[in-house]
Amino acid sequence: MEKFTVLNGVVAPLDRANVDTDAIIPKQFLKSIKRSGFGPNLFDAWRYHDIGEPGKDPATRSPNPDFVLNQPRYKNANILVARSNFGCGSSREHAPWALLDYGFRVVIAPSFGDIFFNNCYKNGLLPVVLQESEVDRLFHDIAAFPGFRLVVDLAQQTVTYPDSSRAYRFEIDAFRKFCLLNGLDEIGLTLRHADKIRAFEERRKAEQPWLFS
Amino acid sequence: MAPQTLYDRIWASHAVHTEDDGTTLLYIDRHLVHEVTSPQAFEGLKLAGRKVWRPGSIVATADHNTPTLDWDKGIADPTSRLQVETLDANLRDLDVKAYFPFRHRNQGIVHVIGPEQGATLPGTTVVCGDSHTSTHGAFACLAHGIGTSEVEHVMATQCLLAKKSRNMLVLVDGELPRGVTAKDMALAIIGTIGTAGGTGYAIEYAGSTVRSLSMEGRMTVCNMSIEAGARCGMVAVDDITIDYLRNRPLAPKGEQWERAVAYWRTLRSDDNAKFDRVVKLDARDIKPQVTWGTSPEMVVPGDGRVPDPERERDALKRSGIERALEYMALKPNMPMTDIRIDKVFIGSCTNSRIEDLRAAAKVVRGRRVATNVRLALVVPGSGPVKEQAEREGLDRIFRDAGFQWREPGCSMCLGMNDDKLSPGERCASTSNRNFEGRQGPGGRTHLVSPEMAAAAAIAGHFVDIRTWQSH
Repeated sequence: MEKFTVLNGVVAPLDRANVDTDAIIPKQFLKSIKRSGFGPNLFDAWRYHDIGEPGKDPATRSPNPDFVLNQPRYKNANILVARSNFGCGSSREHAPWALLDYGFRVVIAPSFGDIFFNNCYKNGLLPVVLQESEVDRLFHDIAAFPGFRLVVDLAQQTVTYPDSSRAYRFEIDAFRKFCLLNGLDEIGLTLRHADKIRAFEERRKAEQPWLFS
Repeated sequence: MAPQTLYDRIWASHAVHTEDDGTTLLYIDRHLVHEVTSPQAFEGLKLAGRKVWRPGSIVATADHNTPTLDWDKGIADPTSRLQVETLDANLRDLDVKAYFPFRHRNQGIVHVIGPEQGATLPGTTVVCGDSHTSTHGAFACLAHGIGTSEVEHVMATQCLLAKKSRNMLVLVDGELPRGVTAKDMALAIIGTIGTAGGTGYAIEYAGSTVRSLSMEGRMTVCNMSIEAGARCGMVAVDDITIDYLRNRPLAPKGEQWERAVAYWRTLRSDDNAKFDRVVKLDARDIKPQVTWGTSPEMVVPGDGRVPDPERERDALKRSGIERALEYMALKPNMPMTDIRIDKVFIGSCTNSRIEDLRAAAKVVRGRRVATNVRLALVVPGSGPVKEQAEREGLDRIFRDAGFQWREPGCSMCLGMNDDKLSPGERCASTSNRNFEGRQGPGGRTHLVSPEMAAAAAIAGHFVDIRTWQSH
């Protein structure tokens, strides 16, 4: 997994609540057996007028100019600000894969769907929970200042305006922070406890043998 | 020891190791695997040179991509076929507990076959790369969806890294009125707490109404927990649970069965257990439900009306309603019963079990699908459900009425196969998500119970099932 330390990036707004993972990456793209290549189809149904299919050349598509990510000012955005319950719905990890493949490294929202939230950490995409009022402020400032940027510092757990005029603190579990800062492979970490897992398993086998038959 | 909830109890009995911040290695008893969310996990294992820790914990099937017609012709779509073949290849040399590949007689929706085969057992942890894994909580399991990286993690270590959720009790008491089902109860709960109301919680469903539900009904309710934001929902063990499991192919037998049952009977919350949040509903107040919008919380009773955004004071909510009405092509204040439909889908892990098909068939018997309904589909949840329905003659009832009777799978719940809505089409669906484009790009989904879907198919528009006269 790629490390996450500090990011200074262009911010794009997605002013909708309850953005579900079906909207982030529609089902027809879930047929891939790879982890990459989902970026061109991020928010496909909102981003294009025509219906997307796997393998369709993005150059032949008809982009919806009204969709926020198609506006030139957000072209190189790598921080997405959204409303509450972002990433609700299906467990598809294709959703964080698509956001990352597109270029996002941070999503800021007042709340997230649980499974999506978990999936982000496994891929080096940082989900940041800020207060509703702070997110409101961000939407306002993104609209007011073309090229609006933020600095996201994981070690400090802060989201800061580049001129330091404002700083918001966010919470993150210590273990997740440690993994993300160091780009650690969680499976490798867990396997350090292999003996403990084996011992647990043996005990369980003795107590509930029907689970192992 | 402090009183425990059912969730606390199952969590504690599976904790292998806990970090200082509470992050816990949770032992996983049962891993359900399907073709869409597993290929990258298997690939990851291979690249790292790791092995599957306990293949015997895995129960697998192909369900999301599989066609529901012309099984003898195989899978026409090459990308779908590749995914299903990749699952075959990944499982070929693995000694898994059970694998029901495409066209196997026990194949079906992973959340239908787990319980049906007795692979889902009380007191266990059950995970699957699918958010509707919450279904299995009906058996007093800690069951929830995981992402593909977690699928790989569970395969490699038999554990999941997890943080404990808070406890929510949803207490439903009283008798459900005639025509009101477990699905309506689930939608009414979501309508009450909202689609994010359960986020961060494990829900336990209790109360006399829940106790009176069949296992099928309890599975429907637990299935929809994720639509309320909760990763898992659960119901304590009682005689109904145990009677359901007796003699299932993979359930314990003989002396082991007796031992298991004795343990299972302990799987309930202590009387004075503490819940972080309690939500109470009176079953007598619940009406048949129909969603009008693009989130499951956008739901009203069947005798209700499409909401008017003008009456919403919160600006963000108002714009959400306006956007949903535009997508759904609905006018504020119109009666739900005036909404005409183009397609009907009876199926999905929410409502494709035998009881669902019986209930729908009862409504349909001796009638005809309305002429404005282009397609009315019945997709049984599994091979055994299909066989059972055919033994009871339900397939004839549906066919005679003009429904299509298909092979099992996820089908039009998410439209990864050929069963989908065309842009602008409106569907009465017994599935679980009415998100934009869920059943096909531009498609419009209204979530209902099997009875309500069946009645809508016959009438050509939504009806309040309470006014329906059975033949």
